[in-house]
Amino acid sequence: MSGIVCANVFPGKDPVVTHVKLPRTESAERQGWPKSIKAEVRDLSFAYGSRVALKNLSLPVAESRITALIGPSGCGKSTFLRCFNRMHDLYPGTRYEGEILLYPDNRNILARDIDPIEVRMRLAMVFQKPNPFPKSVYENVAYGLQVRGMTDRRVLDEKVEQALKHAALWEEVKDRLSSLGTSLSGGQQQRLCIARALATDPEVLLLDEPTSALDPIATANIEELLLDLKQRVTILIVTHNMQQAARVSDWTAFMYLGELVEFGLTKQLFTNPSKKQTEDYITGRFG
Amino acid sequence: MDKAVAAMQDGISARQPTVAAIGARRKARQRRELVIESGLFLAALVSVAATVTILAILFSESLGFFKTVPLIDFLTDTLWTPLFANPHYGILPLLAGTVVTSMVGLLVAIPLGTVSAIYLSEFASSRTRETIKPVLELLGAVPTIVYGYFALLVVTPALQTLWSDLPGFNMLGPGIVIGIMILPLVISLSEDAMRAVPMVLREGSYAVGATRLQTAWRVVVPAATSGLVAAYVLGVSRAVGETMVVAIAAGQNPNLTWNPMEPAATITAYIVQVALGDLPHGSIGYQSIFAAGLVLAVMTFAFNMLGHIMRKRFREIY
Repeated sequence: MSGIVCANVFPGKDPVVTHVKLPRTESAERQGWPKSIKAEVRDLSFAYGSRVALKNLSLPVAESRITALIGPSGCGKSTFLRCFNRMHDLYPGTRYEGEILLYPDNRNILARDIDPIEVRMRLAMVFQKPNPFPKSVYENVAYGLQVRGMTDRRVLDEKVEQALKHAALWEEVKDRLSSLGTSLSGGQQQRLCIARALATDPEVLLLDEPTSALDPIATANIEELLLDLKQRVTILIVTHNMQQAARVSDWTAFMYLGELVEFGLTKQLFTNPSKKQTEDYITGRFG
Repeated sequence: MDKAVAAMQDGISARQPTVAAIGARRKARQRRELVIESGLFLAALVSVAATVTILAILFSESLGFFKTVPLIDFLTDTLWTPLFANPHYGILPLLAGTVVTSMVGLLVAIPLGTVSAIYLSEFASSRTRETIKPVLELLGAVPTIVYGYFALLVVTPALQTLWSDLPGFNMLGPGIVIGIMILPLVISLSEDAMRAVPMVLREGSYAVGATRLQTAWRVVVPAATSGLVAAYVLGVSRAVGETMVVAIAAGQNPNLTWNPMEPAATITAYIVQVALGDLPHGSIGYQSIFAAGLVLAVMTFAFNMLGHIMRKRFREIY
């Protein structure tokens, strides 16, 4: 079964031109966008049944940078994030419109003919609540590789160790790789989930409020980790904590009621927002 | 403003009943509650009392049996012939019959039940699930006597086309039918266990690129293990206590064998068989029913306890 999955891991890397769309001409809207873009969202709308959750979002994701999505609860930021790895496909009655283009191959990952599994192999996700599997620490990290059909124990060992090191967890768990992942502390569990996501060398790491269930110390550890990781992987993080967005991100998008209000460099957005709504939100007048 | 508040307080106090009236009302309410409470307690007591009475009778009647038959003979003798001129009272042949038929049943019910539960919980659309589940529960509504004749007249002849030397009475056919009988129970409990696995675990698996089958098999099933074991254990206790099917289709001849192709009697089948004859009250044959029943009760009780402990454990995980 995993053989089938494995057969076309990165078909996007083939020089197929059918999906390629020429980048749009520079418009006023695209001014102030990052130079190097990993993904680009174009006119994305999303609905749960008849309830529209996202309306015409257009937004770049800067390569090897951290992009934060902020906004009040229910503004659709998690919904938006979950579009990137087609998580909504798991539930009936959901509908995407628009495109998310993933570079460098310039493919629309929302296209019907693209297998969501293929997408999820390139974009890894970390969830709000740590969700380690009821398996050993080792198996948790190796899981993503194993479902791709990798069985070579030596390669697995190496990848697991590397991922745990990247997730700054190796020192704490190297002597108990066989104990249950669920037996770790909350912060360790979340880093284990990050290691699980990193083990497969994803191009983009999607984080959905990864520290909201953690204490301040564990949160600081994770934030530090994200800053280290951005050299290696493009990061898109949803957070309801504005200080966190200000601390870790390079770019910030502010969303409100399913719409993108403002996107810009984090420094600029927090010190000199161009929209009144953004200013009201970051100064704590609502949300 | 102050005036308004004062007026309001006046209004409230004017409607307040006196302390004595409150006391009387409270007493009346307490009496009413007491009556209702004791009524509910009595209702709950009925089932407990029934269980306790049954166990008490089983114990007291078995006591008479064990006065005549030493416990060691009961547990080690390989013959069960309580009604013969030269009686032997070894429970082993009956126990073997019960174990073999139950094992056959479990070999059918556990794989089939688990796979069906995986399908229902992880793959079926909610509409399919809502259609299939009631049909499955219908299986549980079929009278066991029907299952008995199904084993004797359908399953055994069908098996005889495969093995022509299979006797008309055997343990294989009834065992398979017992498996079918406990299937709804196993499926329903297994499915509950798997659906109790939080969605975030499945999402975690899908997020790294796993397929539905990989997610079901490598994440959901391991996470639901203790619930699945509980389902199997409760299935075992149902299989062990099953009577009609084995009494009709397995033959009623106590036979110490582990070969399911042979006929044999189970504990329950023996009890039915003897209870149908007219044994004098208080005779050793009469008392042997209770001793056999006690063994059965201890077995099912142990399995039920085990099942409930496992169920509790799997609830505690999340």
